[in-house]
Amino acid sequence: MSEFLQQLINGLSLGSIYALIALGYTMVYGILKFINFAHGEIFMLGAFSGYYLARAFGVNNPDIVMAVVILILTMTITSLIGVIIEKLAYKPLRNSSKLTVLITAIGVSLFLQYTGQLLFGADPKSFPTIIENVSFNVFGATIGSNQIVVLISSTVLMFALRIIVMKTKMGIAIRAVSNNLTAASLMGININNVISFTFIIGSSLAGAAGILYSINYPSIDPLMGMLPGLKAFIAAVLGGIGNFPGASVGGLIIGLVETFTVGYLSPTYRDAIAFAILIIILLVKPTGLFGKKEIEKV
Amino acid sequence: MKNFLKQASVLCIIIFAIVLYSCNKSNTSNEILIGEYASLTGSEATFGQSEHNGLVLAVEEINSKGGVLGKQIKLITEDNQGKPSETQTVVQKLINRDKVVAIIGEVASSRSKAGAPICQAAKIPMITPASTNPEVTSIGDYIFRVCFIDPFQANVMSKFALNSMKVKKVALLIDQKNAYSTGLADNFKKVFLESGGEIVEEQKYSAGDKDFKAQLTAIKAKNPESVFIPGYYTDVNLISIQAREIGLNCTLFGSDGWESEKLTEGKAKDALEGSFFSTHVSADDPSPVIQNFIKKYQQKYNSKPDAMAFLAYDAGMILFDAIKKANSVEGEKIKNELAKVKDYPGVTGIITINEQRNAVKPAVVMEIKNGNFVYKETIAP
Repeated sequence: MSEFLQQLINGLSLGSIYALIALGYTMVYGILKFINFAHGEIFMLGAFSGYYLARAFGVNNPDIVMAVVILILTMTITSLIGVIIEKLAYKPLRNSSKLTVLITAIGVSLFLQYTGQLLFGADPKSFPTIIENVSFNVFGATIGSNQIVVLISSTVLMFALRIIVMKTKMGIAIRAVSNNLTAASLMGININNVISFTFIIGSSLAGAAGILYSINYPSIDPLMGMLPGLKAFIAAVLGGIGNFPGASVGGLIIGLVETFTVGYLSPTYRDAIAFAILIIILLVKPTGLFGKKEIEKV
Repeated sequence: MKNFLKQASVLCIIIFAIVLYSCNKSNTSNEILIGEYASLTGSEATFGQSEHNGLVLAVEEINSKGGVLGKQIKLITEDNQGKPSETQTVVQKLINRDKVVAIIGEVASSRSKAGAPICQAAKIPMITPASTNPEVTSIGDYIFRVCFIDPFQANVMSKFALNSMKVKKVALLIDQKNAYSTGLADNFKKVFLESGGEIVEEQKYSAGDKDFKAQLTAIKAKNPESVFIPGYYTDVNLISIQAREIGLNCTLFGSDGWESEKLTEGKAKDALEGSFFSTHVSADDPSPVIQNFIKKYQQKYNSKPDAMAFLAYDAGMILFDAIKKANSVEGEKIKNELAKVKDYPGVTGIITINEQRNAVKPAVVMEIKNGNFVYKETIAP
């Protein structure tokens, strides 16, 4: 029982990170109808930004205030990078076919991975301790405070996103654009601003995910974004791409399934299981768990 | 205009490439070319860097003494980025383009196994400094090593666990795609069970994984007295941190793949306190040969050598010795001399190459104290 509880916590903290990344995929898809494959690299850049910020501030003793400052600065940096990528790589292609943009996104992703290897070095770096880990026992399971921090921060961020999207003017604009881009622009919505804003939010969430991931798994390298990025993409598809609550739930499901597979079946299937889910979802319910079926009007 | 620019730049690149290529080709006959492939980057970068440093030291030393057969040794180093596929490419390049007479192989067994068949086919002798998986040298009669092999290392750690650590219930955590790790684990399991120990749990991971909590939680549920992790330092670093986070607090122990200053980086410094691992040589050994090497190494690199540097130095020196005795740079003659190496006084002990082309020598066990590796005991074959 205590083992099960512990695996549950392991899975939830891993899954909530996937959820944060998945939200970025889903937001961009909702607006622009393409998969931003460079999103996993934004996650990686978030981790490195945290690494260099912590070193620049000379974090010797873990400090909550410092950790929050690093988190917010990183979110700012990654959101800037996200906007720059959108302006340089995706905006010029706005009227070309979806496939062109998709391939460009893969190109951007590879570009960032290998530029990262050049700039940061290819060998893994040890992420500094920016927040102290305290372990405590709950019903025989040992839960690290890191895992709690990850769970709480990601929940807060997801609720903040929910409020932005549902209650603010910009959120309404995002939903309008996502519903019908042309119609929204005819109603006087500035499409470029909405798209930039989407990239700001998505990339800042990925940056935050990068920091949270590195707190839990303190070894970072320029290729670290690839697998979590793919898993988050699967999470977004599982939840129904374009659907916000779907991405969060999808992330948690992928995290849990992965952890339980490793813990109770075999770690050989760790990555296979996520991709198996992707294939099954695409075969059985391509719109995902929460996705709406769009009726094509003729 | 745009088209012209494009064509011009392509032309420039081609010319540049040809110039580079022909530069590489120029080979003066008063040099003996030795190839080296190492993981200078990638997740086991310190293995390759230490190996390279040790080997360069050997080359400089022999050249300052007049070289071999009246010629200077020239080392050509290729980075395989720690990837088996890249290894095959760079070994092909060393043999076919650079025309090296012999090759110093990788530290990691899986990469040495990728390079060895190519050397064997081309009849180019290859010495691996630190690949301990037994299958590496069974690839062919041109493949040698200057370190002990895993069945022996597993034997050492099994004895050490039972007699010195006094533990009977051990769990295993194995890197499932790594020949070195699975080979060590199999041998350890066999010897440990035969000597009355008990393996309570066996879990696997894949190198490069970041999340080990699921496996560690499963291990914790079986309450082992100790966990044996035959893996590489990058993964062990993360494993140890996460083990403590989920409350798996027993002693961890492992093998020579742990040997790197990066093992105890970050929070792993506390997490690995009191852990043990087996390796080839201890810098604490007072023997003058060893201390002399450490002094030379520190003068040149301003850092302490690790086991990979020691072994690479020995691999280089044994190779130069064999070329000297063969009085030729022909692969077959060098190979015959390498097979005859007996009681060679190396910095990692007295080296004798046996019929399986492996070195027979003792292992040392190190303890991790405050982030440093402290000599614990020597276990003879």
